[in-house]
Amino acid sequence: MSAAHAEALEHPTATGIDNRKLAIWTFIGSECLFFASLISTYLVYHARMKGGPGPYPHDPWTAPDGRVYEQIFEIPLVTFGTALLLFSSFFVVMALNGAQRGNRKQLLTWLGLTIVCGLFFVGMQVYEFTHFVHKGLGYTTNLFASSFYTLTGFHGSHVTMGVIWLVTLFILALRGKLPKEKALNLEIAALYWHFVDVVWIVIFPVVYLMR
Amino acid sequence: MATSVLGHATEQVVAGERGGLVGWLTTVDHKKIGIMYGAWAFIFFLIGGLEALLIRIQLGSPESSFLSPELYNQLFTMHGTTMIFLGVMPFSAMYFNYMIPLQLGARDVAFPRLNAFSLWVFVLGGLFLNASFLFNAAPNGGWFGYANLSSKQYSPGLNMDFWVMGLQILGIASLAAGVNFFVTILNLRAPGMKMMRMPMFVWASFITQLLVLLSFPVITVALIYLMVDRTFGTHFFVPSGGGDPMLWQHLFWVFGHPEVYILILPSFGIISEIMPVFSRKPLFGYAAMVFATGFIAFLGFGVWSHHMFATGMGPLADTFFSLATMLIAIPTGVKIFNWLGTAWGGSLQFRTPLYFAFGFIAMFIMGGLSGVMHSVAPADLQQTDTYFIVAHFHYVLFGGAIFALTAGAYYWWPKMFGRMLDERIGKLHFWLMLIGFNLTFFPMHLVGLHGMPRRVYTYQAGLGFEVYNQIETLGSFVLAISLLVFMYNILRTWRRGEAASADPWNGATLEWAIPSPPPAFNFAEVPHVEARDALWEMKRKAGGRLPEPPRASGAGIHMPGPSWWPLWTATGILLFFVGFLVMGKVGGPWVAVAGGLFTAFCIFRWAFEPVDAH
Repeated sequence: MSAAHAEALEHPTATGIDNRKLAIWTFIGSECLFFASLISTYLVYHARMKGGPGPYPHDPWTAPDGRVYEQIFEIPLVTFGTALLLFSSFFVVMALNGAQRGNRKQLLTWLGLTIVCGLFFVGMQVYEFTHFVHKGLGYTTNLFASSFYTLTGFHGSHVTMGVIWLVTLFILALRGKLPKEKALNLEIAALYWHFVDVVWIVIFPVVYLMR
Repeated sequence: MATSVLGHATEQVVAGERGGLVGWLTTVDHKKIGIMYGAWAFIFFLIGGLEALLIRIQLGSPESSFLSPELYNQLFTMHGTTMIFLGVMPFSAMYFNYMIPLQLGARDVAFPRLNAFSLWVFVLGGLFLNASFLFNAAPNGGWFGYANLSSKQYSPGLNMDFWVMGLQILGIASLAAGVNFFVTILNLRAPGMKMMRMPMFVWASFITQLLVLLSFPVITVALIYLMVDRTFGTHFFVPSGGGDPMLWQHLFWVFGHPEVYILILPSFGIISEIMPVFSRKPLFGYAAMVFATGFIAFLGFGVWSHHMFATGMGPLADTFFSLATMLIAIPTGVKIFNWLGTAWGGSLQFRTPLYFAFGFIAMFIMGGLSGVMHSVAPADLQQTDTYFIVAHFHYVLFGGAIFALTAGAYYWWPKMFGRMLDERIGKLHFWLMLIGFNLTFFPMHLVGLHGMPRRVYTYQAGLGFEVYNQIETLGSFVLAISLLVFMYNILRTWRRGEAASADPWNGATLEWAIPSPPPAFNFAEVPHVEARDALWEMKRKAGGRLPEPPRASGAGIHMPGPSWWPLWTATGILLFFVGFLVMGKVGGPWVAVAGGLFTAFCIFRWAFEPVDAH
């Protein structure tokens, strides 16, 4: 990138904030409304479990495998996944710190840990969804099912995107292409990662804990 | 334009910029992208206008069999959808693209390739929506896509699938552009251009982007629900499965009302540029104008249910939404008085842009007044679903937005193409449009109050509707003629229009400081802004003339190189949604998967593409 180009497009920004960083903040602001709509719909529909499983202990139903259930959630597992996701926000901060100081080992270690947590969370969700389907809760079974899968599914796909993004940065860092001067690339991904985490902090109590 | 009054050497220093078709397909220049937004919007606008003419012919006489009821439903749905998403919004986007960087004193937008991406997603989305006509399956459930009308049970064909996927595609374009312009306006202001020194058009655009960013995610979610209802058999809006059709209305109008301001705020901005320049006087009440715009946007999120008075929400909700709606009249009134205050005592230059600006103010006041009438819930119950509503929103969207966008066309044409549109033909265009517009839409107030329902393909003779409808149909053809006059003006200007100087109107904003049309890099040297109406201040300091450019040539300025990836990424997204359209057919899911993978591939190539190609 030549100095002339820097003059052309990257003259110091009027706010002092990098364009890409401001863009990710803007995008996050917009995403808030996306998740707000999904969460509101879940709140309206979560008790409409006509003809199938529901979120809380209620009338028991018989799953296709013949077993009788009263509620569908497995809170301990999800709590563990939630904890890992929360920790991963801390890990990515440590990775960013490594990137900013040019400490490649610190960067790779913590970024690797972040990715592992993210993968575990996605894996947990895949397990949860499969398990629910076996218990008789398909996507179209009832409105609780549809709004639950849509909300947590879109959150899960956001986590997946984040993992792909972080893996890309991890590979770049492995090849030595994420030097100190480019730490901003990780900072932007980390902002997105924190956001996905924060959204889950809202979703977890609303979906799994609230009665 | 090789020469200009400024004597700039306008050699275009763009690395790897190519000419011809490839140049247009791969460009990341905000000016070329702006022109393409305008050209495509105009094509779609003509299609939407043709649909309107067919509707008017059908309604020109009672019990006409010119159109079948099925086709009529498709035409009024596509007319509304086209004019909103493919006409007014991209026309505004043309001015955002072309003018915001120039008015800010910037060389391009913050993310030039993302800008090209927005354009191509919009174009492909528009073509996708209109391709539905080829399958005889154009959307037919109204531009609002109310639940039940849009459910698989009542709309089994592909019609509403085209609508859902089309709007989803267009939403991506709007959101990408929203992020881009939000960042551009905050970050790319020239030195000295504080927020409260920004031209009013930039302010209006800024607040419009805010509305886009906060309202489009809501319709994205609503469309996702409708899509899975129709494709996978969920029951989000299906009462038999416990779903609530009202949820659609709420989600739709939480988006839909801010959308109304997304359509009109850029027009407010254009008028706020034209009034001072042609009154030779700074904008009256600049700060009040800024805050009024912000207040309109803020209130715009709290009035959605005034579209739903007829659904029986109860007195409390009705009262709240009535009052909130009436409040909007206050900031809007502030704007009207500010425009009049700008003209008051000014040295009015009666050129075509000012004609259209005054036309806008007058017509918009009428649309605003009928809007206030709707805010009274009991009165609204009488007006809902009648032609009175159709009259209202055409007065604000045609009398408002289209008049203002046309004013902008006459005002900025010289800057964009280096030639002046003809004044005499322009004034003829104005009078024909004003007369045609009022002939078409004013009788709709009366026939609406007499009880003529909207969205119905015909009416019986002897109900007293005939005369009004005949006048309306006549008016619509006058409107069509006015558009032909405009097109003749463009053609004539293209071939032998008077060459435009850099600053033909004695402009107040920075786009007039550079040659017409501007060189690829816009400003040879980034300007320093010392006041509001930056260029007037510069000219005052230079003794009433355009200041000499500090540097003659743009040599050495490198602009971002062209890229194929925005277009390819947009194609991947189109493919993904085509997959959803044919989800029920053999191979449908694979088309969606292929589209998704191709999009991901393109995003990676895009991310790792060097920014400037030497």
